[in-house]
Amino acid sequence: MNEILVAMSGIEKTFPGVHALTQCHFELRAGEVHALVGENGAGKSTMMKVLAGVYPKDAGSIVVQGKEVEINSPRAAQLNGISMIHQELNLMGHLTIAQNIFIGREPRAAFGFMLDEQLINENARRLLDTLHLKLDPRAKVAGLTIAKQQMVEIAKALSYNARVLIMDEPTAALTDTEINDLFNVIRRLREQGVGIVHISHRLEELKQISNRITVMRDGHFVDTVNTADVTLDQIISMMVGRTIFEATPELPEHPSEQIALEVRHLKRGQTIKDVSFVLRKGEILGFSGLVGAGRTEVARAIFGADRIDSGEIYVKGKQVQIGSPSDAVKQGIAYLSEDRKRYGLAIGMDVETNMVLATYLRFLGPLGWVKTNQTRTTAQTYVDKLSIKTPNLQRKAKNLSGGNQQKIVIGKWLTADTDILIFDEPTRGIDVGAKSEIYKLLNDLAAQGKAIIMISSELPEVLRMSHRIIVMCEGRITGELTSTEATQEKIMKYATQRSALVATDTDTAAV
Amino acid sequence: MQVEATSRPPLLRSLVSSDSTQRLLAFAGLIILIIVFSLASPNFATQQNAVGILLATTINGILALGVTFVIITGGIDLSIGTVMTFSAVMTGVFITNWHWPLLIGVLGGLASGALAGLVNGIVIAKLKVPPFIATLGVLYVAKGLSLIFSDLHPIYFTDTPIFRTFAMGSVVGAVLPNVNIPNAVLVLFAAAIVASFILTRTILGRYTFALGSNEEATRLSGVNVDAWKIGIYTLCGLFAGLGGVVLAARLNSAQPALGQGYELDAIAAVVIGGTSLAGGEGTIIGTIIGAFVLSVLTNGLRILSVPQEWQTVVTGVIVILAVYLDIARRRAVR
Repeated sequence: MNEILVAMSGIEKTFPGVHALTQCHFELRAGEVHALVGENGAGKSTMMKVLAGVYPKDAGSIVVQGKEVEINSPRAAQLNGISMIHQELNLMGHLTIAQNIFIGREPRAAFGFMLDEQLINENARRLLDTLHLKLDPRAKVAGLTIAKQQMVEIAKALSYNARVLIMDEPTAALTDTEINDLFNVIRRLREQGVGIVHISHRLEELKQISNRITVMRDGHFVDTVNTADVTLDQIISMMVGRTIFEATPELPEHPSEQIALEVRHLKRGQTIKDVSFVLRKGEILGFSGLVGAGRTEVARAIFGADRIDSGEIYVKGKQVQIGSPSDAVKQGIAYLSEDRKRYGLAIGMDVETNMVLATYLRFLGPLGWVKTNQTRTTAQTYVDKLSIKTPNLQRKAKNLSGGNQQKIVIGKWLTADTDILIFDEPTRGIDVGAKSEIYKLLNDLAAQGKAIIMISSELPEVLRMSHRIIVMCEGRITGELTSTEATQEKIMKYATQRSALVATDTDTAAV
Repeated sequence: MQVEATSRPPLLRSLVSSDSTQRLLAFAGLIILIIVFSLASPNFATQQNAVGILLATTINGILALGVTFVIITGGIDLSIGTVMTFSAVMTGVFITNWHWPLLIGVLGGLASGALAGLVNGIVIAKLKVPPFIATLGVLYVAKGLSLIFSDLHPIYFTDTPIFRTFAMGSVVGAVLPNVNIPNAVLVLFAAAIVASFILTRTILGRYTFALGSNEEATRLSGVNVDAWKIGIYTLCGLFAGLGGVVLAARLNSAQPALGQGYELDAIAAVVIGGTSLAGGEGTIIGTIIGAFVLSVLTNGLRILSVPQEWQTVVTGVIVILAVYLDIARRRAVR
């Protein structure tokens, strides 16, 4: 076995309200690709950000090449030979490849403040050559594809003489050929003795590239295994292995057969690839999938927030044209964004204003003043109905808890009389108690005949709440499950089914 | 199997996004303006008028050079107009009131501008006040200080008649007797060359672009972002100081009530020249072209006897047009 480059043990990390890492371990050897897998929110990225000096750890030890070290900044990580390539690339688009690689460490010419552009370009070229990359160091980064920009990041990381390279979802935005190129570079680095941490959601990749796999779940270390010794199914069951966190699922009443919303052949660039589905009155339709699968994109497209390339939308059997969110609202469609603070609430305004914000026109008097007594009664009605905990209607939205904020957003759309409600991650950042209240609310709404789409990354939540579950991967619908047949394993399998696999499946089916 | 194409078409992208497009547009606009005015009036294309245009561009051009740096970082400096006045007044105070030697007085004037820029930089980088607000504050402070130090009266450089030749003498005229280009114009071009050098060849210039392109990434690369930002605002203040000294020499006096509004002309020149208000791109040559577009426009309209108020209206339309083109170009890229 090769030398151990990094040994992390007993790592603890708490963010306000979330225990992100509990007694986590991780070990990386020279010349290995070590995959780190887990569901959304399992703590993979957090663990690696601790190693890369982005977050300070609360407790635990990090040993780098036999020496215990304190890593309290990205700079300190670099000095220990650790570089991380984040999911959002950290490049300056207006600068050239060479300028990006050597930012902050420019070779200087005369007087100590002049740049030696020639030397920068030469050094960059040498570096790119060692990676077998045919890139012009003088090309601007903004003009490169994501894959090439990633290569620039790798080159930059190696220019710090990194022995540990952490890559967070490096293949998420790449095409198949680009992934192959990336893997070739990774293999070459592995031969040179670099240790590579590969965080990925795409399980079938791991078989191709990794030597060992560490599975994390809910901020806990589950196990580290040799890739050759396990099957994908075993990894999946390790990933989802927890018992469902609450009592029996409260399956809602059966929906009617009336179709509230039908979407046919929705397409939008690379993010939505031919999505069709039906939503019935009184139904809760779960949308599952990994982050970036295209679920939010579908919701935004239906809501008119993003333009679509092609596709048809039918509301209650009638085809409709939705070009903007206000068109969608007129058709009775509401979208409750995953990011309440940014899109859902006027966070600095009071409960009452937020509640009637979407329907102010209804409360105007003949000369344009607002009939405050009516807005007050309406707001109070929904505060009572949704049992929003606020001392009064004048309390600012930002001073309420996440759960109550979410209820205000729901209340806002209920005052607007919408029949089709799209909830995007309705319980994100909400504590467990408030979660079950939101669940109850969703059930009540469905029972009243509202049609509900619930996008959620939490498998237990989807399983517990949905009548039917649609699973997406890479902009496609890869599976549909009824509440009775759905299990976490099945969903996970569909959610990691990449395009090549889907193609083969349907091919064989056709034959 | 299917072929995916996530990459945007690189050729189209580089065509529409290259910062030379806007600059070419501005340059073409400048040439068209010159041709149109030459055809419209025989009084436009004369040597005397050309010198007039050159001289009219100097102050705005110098201010625009400095603020180009700030705008490339994605910031803004609204204080340069009154900082220019402040520097002019301080030059007057040093030379006329305090009887400092001429050269020291001039350096003092430049330093006053740099000091104001330093204050801008510290307030923005360290106190994290948004540039718009920070420099708006310094705008008022500099305006007030100008009135205080000058005691509300213009300061004349009567004791040092040579000071005026700094701007209005003609070194060129001494060599080529028929071409009386004032020294102020030479100062503008010298300043432009220096600015261009700093922007493209030095570390300061590199970090100017890096900050505007992605400040967080620059910080994560270990660059002391705050210090460089302060340096950039100080440089901008220094250019405003140079503008103040040249203005004082040209008028042979420091006028404490002048200056406000100059910042907007300078920003307009920068924007017309293709520097993006979103940061990350821009050139000095573009700014110079932008400054000339504005002064040719003003001069030409005046020769065609277009009333002053309409000249202002046209200038406004041109600025909006230039920024709209910038935005449309950006939208085409996304």
